[in-house]
Amino acid sequence: MSEMSAMNRKLIQTLAETISKQVQHFNKTEVECLIREFNVLLGEQTTPGKAVAGLDRIQFRSILHNIFKMTDDMIMDGVFRAFDKDNDCFISMKEWIEGLSVFLRGTLDEHIKYCFDVYDLNGDNSLSREEMFPMLKNSLIRQPTEEDPDEGIKDLVEITLKKMDHDHDGKLSFTDFEKSVKEENLLLEAFGTCLPDTTSIEAFEQRVFQEQQYQ
Amino acid sequence: MGLSLTRAAQWTTDTSGTGKLELTPMNVFLLKEILHFVEQFSSQHPQEAKNVFEEPLHWSTTLVASDFKTDYDISDSDVQSQERDCEGNPLLQLSPPTVYVRSFSQLSKLVHLADDKKLEEVQACLEENRDPVVKILGPSFVSTLEKEDAHTDVLSLVDKVKEKDQGKNPEVKVKLFLLLQNMDNQLLSKCLKEIAGQVSLDPTAVKNEVELLKKFCSEGEKRVLKLVRYTSDYIFSNGCRSPLWRQVHGEICYLVIEPCDTETLYITCSSAGVFLNVGIKQEEEESGYERTSDMYKDLVTLLKSRSPHFAENINKQDFAVQELPSTQKIQHVELVDVEEQGQPQRSYEQQEKNVHEKARQQHTPNKAGGEKKYEPCPRWKNLGLMSPCGKAEENKPSKSSGEEKSGEIQENLGPGAKSKMKAEFSVSSFPGRLSSQKIKAEEKKPSKSSGEKSGEIQKRKLGSGAKSKMKAEFSVSSLPGRLSSQKIKTPAGSMPVEAFSESSSESEEEEEQPERRPESNTDLPSEYWQIQKLVKYLKGGDQTATVLTLCAMMDFNLMQETCQLAIRDVGGLEVLINLLDTDEVKCKIGSLKILRKISHNVQIRRTIVDMGGLQSIVKILDSPVKDLKALAAKTIANVARFRRARTTVRQYGGIKKLVKLLDCVPNLADLTANQEKDVEVARCGALALWSCSKSTKNKEAIRKAGGIPLLGRLLKSPHENMLIPVVGTLQECASEESYRIAIQMFGMIKDLVKNLSSDNDELQMHCASAIFKCAEDKQTRDLVRKYGGLQPLVLLLSKSDNKQLLAAATGAIWKCSISMENVAKFQEYKALETLVRLLSDQPEEVLVNVVGALGEFALIPANKANIRKCGGIKSLVNLLTGTNQALLVNVTKAVGACATDMDNMAIIDQLDGVRLVWSLLKNPSADVQSSAAWALCPCIKNAKDAGEMVRSLVGGLELIVNLLKSTNNEVLASICAAIAKIAKDKENLAVLTDHGVVPLLAKLTNTTDDRLRRHLAEAIGHCCMWGSNRASIGDAGAVAPLVRYLKSKDKAVHQSTAMALYQLSKNPNNCIAMHEKGVVKPLIHFMGSDDETLQEAAAGCVRNIRLLALANRNALLFR
Repeated sequence: MSEMSAMNRKLIQTLAETISKQVQHFNKTEVECLIREFNVLLGEQTTPGKAVAGLDRIQFRSILHNIFKMTDDMIMDGVFRAFDKDNDCFISMKEWIEGLSVFLRGTLDEHIKYCFDVYDLNGDNSLSREEMFPMLKNSLIRQPTEEDPDEGIKDLVEITLKKMDHDHDGKLSFTDFEKSVKEENLLLEAFGTCLPDTTSIEAFEQRVFQEQQYQ
Repeated sequence: MGLSLTRAAQWTTDTSGTGKLELTPMNVFLLKEILHFVEQFSSQHPQEAKNVFEEPLHWSTTLVASDFKTDYDISDSDVQSQERDCEGNPLLQLSPPTVYVRSFSQLSKLVHLADDKKLEEVQACLEENRDPVVKILGPSFVSTLEKEDAHTDVLSLVDKVKEKDQGKNPEVKVKLFLLLQNMDNQLLSKCLKEIAGQVSLDPTAVKNEVELLKKFCSEGEKRVLKLVRYTSDYIFSNGCRSPLWRQVHGEICYLVIEPCDTETLYITCSSAGVFLNVGIKQEEEESGYERTSDMYKDLVTLLKSRSPHFAENINKQDFAVQELPSTQKIQHVELVDVEEQGQPQRSYEQQEKNVHEKARQQHTPNKAGGEKKYEPCPRWKNLGLMSPCGKAEENKPSKSSGEEKSGEIQENLGPGAKSKMKAEFSVSSFPGRLSSQKIKAEEKKPSKSSGEKSGEIQKRKLGSGAKSKMKAEFSVSSLPGRLSSQKIKTPAGSMPVEAFSESSSESEEEEEQPERRPESNTDLPSEYWQIQKLVKYLKGGDQTATVLTLCAMMDFNLMQETCQLAIRDVGGLEVLINLLDTDEVKCKIGSLKILRKISHNVQIRRTIVDMGGLQSIVKILDSPVKDLKALAAKTIANVARFRRARTTVRQYGGIKKLVKLLDCVPNLADLTANQEKDVEVARCGALALWSCSKSTKNKEAIRKAGGIPLLGRLLKSPHENMLIPVVGTLQECASEESYRIAIQMFGMIKDLVKNLSSDNDELQMHCASAIFKCAEDKQTRDLVRKYGGLQPLVLLLSKSDNKQLLAAATGAIWKCSISMENVAKFQEYKALETLVRLLSDQPEEVLVNVVGALGEFALIPANKANIRKCGGIKSLVNLLTGTNQALLVNVTKAVGACATDMDNMAIIDQLDGVRLVWSLLKNPSADVQSSAAWALCPCIKNAKDAGEMVRSLVGGLELIVNLLKSTNNEVLASICAAIAKIAKDKENLAVLTDHGVVPLLAKLTNTTDDRLRRHLAEAIGHCCMWGSNRASIGDAGAVAPLVRYLKSKDKAVHQSTAMALYQLSKNPNNCIAMHEKGVVKPLIHFMGSDDETLQEAAAGCVRNIRLLALANRNALLFR
């Protein structure tokens, strides 16, 4: 067993070395820690003897929910999509580390790209009214007095478009989105919280990176 | 008819006894109904119509004999009907202008005859017959009937009447009575429909009811409820306690009520009624708002249905011992029988309420179940028991009147009470508690009202106008979210509509109501509606929607007043402030970004503070998020522009937190992004401190929080945007001695001087201003010179278009020039010439400083000539005609300094400057008086023909002598100095003596002020030279105090005193007095002084004493 773990450790170290060269924001040790964390998470879901490509959607969602306090299903799916770059419905180790590098430590530009990907439900590189509507659907309290309960949401979508659609084509392109966020940083998570808050980042990093130091 | 007339009809305030019906829609409506009733009467009820009235109805009619046709006997202008009663009297009799009518049939005929004037006739009839029913049926009959239970059937009524009244046709009378009452009820219910639209619950009504209920849980035995409490203590400006997002649903507040017998009730009070909810125990709970019961119209109804114990006991409650809340004054209300009291007048408001109440009771199903005992409502008891008289009345069996089911209020006002017609009445009664009470209000014994107050208060004279006004108020207050800050303090004032609400009504003194201008919707800009919509989303949105909405709101021009006020008026400020207390960083950032901008508006600032927003903002200063801290500080910088806000910041520990923000490393060459943010936070902190530092206590707080060294560190920053708030704060605080010392000690003068050469005007201004304030201290002045600050100050004088900068720079130059070394430096930089040029066309704040500087410059002889050469004398003399006291003090000082030069004096004399200075002695300011008097001294000394000049000033000497009565030592000293100069001219001395200068001077001699002593002694010395002044000074007892002056430590005092004593010693009596006081010893000591004048005077004095002694001895020897 110890032989196995020794071999494992060596393997992980080499892997970490290669990945850390490709990924920003994490150093080698941190990558190593993330690999271990990944393996632990993966270990929970694997049935022995069965090779797995990575974290599946449900597993990933539970991570987002438990560790990063996310609640909105649609947004969590979006986050999964943003992590899952090759669209194979699994998050591989590499995707995991790359994703986390933006998720935890991304610059504003990286965050803009990431958020846009999360919100871009159909992957056509633009946000249409139809995509915004479901994301904002639950953001207003329904007033029993109103005739059309969706009217407020629709209005909110229009307000948002008016504010962010700089080329006036009725949808938000990535350029529109980027420009708006640069103007007003608050619009980064315009359609729902998809980035962790500072406290959960700190908690996660502390747990994952410090835990590893004891080993 | 009786009730509707007494309660529904709107009578005028006419107090002569014959009230007039006003021409209000309600009255016209009533009149028409009554007219219709009368017209139909004889055809519908022929039998009753023939019944002869007990007393005729009589009134002044407009009808004349010619209007009457057949069936009438007409003789001249008199008319009698052919129809007669059994005794042969005519049933209608007209003797102009009065008409007497004795039956309904005649009444309806008359109405037919009156044709188009019939409405007026009915009105006149009602006005002059205030209780027609009593006249028609007779008082005893009515009272008999009214005592009967409403549900007694007709036959038993008839029996009763027969017993009492052995008159004729009791059946007819009873029928007639019932008919009239029926009519009455119909009228009332119709009236009600007019008002009915305005009924709903409101915060004050709820509050009042809760107050009442709270009293029910007070005592042991009588306890009806265990506990009544609100879930939240916070009351919004509109009187609601529910969270904003629930207020949208019309919910007012939530209550937790523990009845004695059932489980705890969680109750929601909304504008539509009260109902049980799932269970809101505390504020901030997300769930529990659903309705789980029927809607009840008020709390009491709900409790009755839920708690049998409550229903049972509420009726038995005796409230006599309960203390009533002191918040409301109410006229004392006692129970009074109307028949006994005659016809009191009524205020229309009450009547309307009564109508309403009665109608309500008729129309609401009796919820109290089968209980149909008609007894006074407990609240009436409550009020009634306040006086023994009322209590007695109350104990009588109350009279119930047929089908009448309502309390009735009448208001009887003593003559003195009319002016204070602000009656407040509780009209409300519990459902099922039907009483027919007549209640009289006594103005003279104002009692405290029970929790619920009712009755709209309005002055009686508000007639028909009152109603329309009330309607106007309704329209305003019923607009949700429109309760703007004006109304914050009087939430109770905003509910006229609901004043007619079912359970209890609210009254409020009209004078106390803030003026409300009905806003006409047409004037509102489109932004208003857009913002209103956004605020709605803010109220009902989650984090995402809130952030989006906030961003959208930022796109409005928030610096524009319409938008700022729109946000406030639609309730947006409350939401924004509420957001500050959430955990959502983004929402807080967004909210602060908006608040920061709209707080440029004065009214918004005040509203934010009123709403307690500043506390939340101060709290955010502790946030770990730097952007948030920076924004919060910036917002404070805007809000804390008035004193109350600054105090609030301090009281909530804001100063300490802001000072903490200053802690950063500003001067590193390359900062990390994080450090840069720290610097930005520090800058915002400095901005906020700058605003706060305008209050003295805050300056102290900043110092105590250790702000000065931090500011000193930031002062080394290379960035102007950092330096401006830092220097701004420092210069603001430099008004305090402690800061001036600290600024000098922490080496900030160097940095201040350095920044004088910045190219930012504002920064330069604040630096100059800081130096201005600090340079009171000599060391600071020297430091400024040492760091080369004098030249940049002079250079700033060229920026003559920036007046603030100019004022600060000239101020700094003035204070720096107090040091002579600095004046020499300034001379190198040609400051004097520049300053003289600034003497014209500058605002006063600049002039004060320029003239002050010139005054200091002129102390150097060379500069006196320079000022003259630059033409400064003329400008200075011109300034003597100003009114600014600070300026006058400096100008007189400068003129005085210039006048020490003979050539300057010639010019001053030529310009009549002395007269101008002299007239300033009349200035009320002591500073100006003394400064002018000091200036006079060199003028008189150096003027060519001084004596003549002084004499030419009519009344001038008298003025000066009178100023010796001043209480200000500086004024007295300066005046004494001037008198000493004036007295050198013998003629003038004579005039001074005539004006009684001697006793006034003598009276002053007891002073201990050395400065005054010196000049006083000088003046006395000079005044001795005339007539018998020496003797009179001695007689006034001035010698002994003068001798004491010799013990003073001030050499100048010694000199002038010695000279005065020398003059006085020429009088033998004075010599004796001096000698007695032991003058010789100090004088001999002074003879050894270096000061020749002193030596001479002391020696002269001793000589005079010695001569007297010698003469005395010779006299004894050679007698």
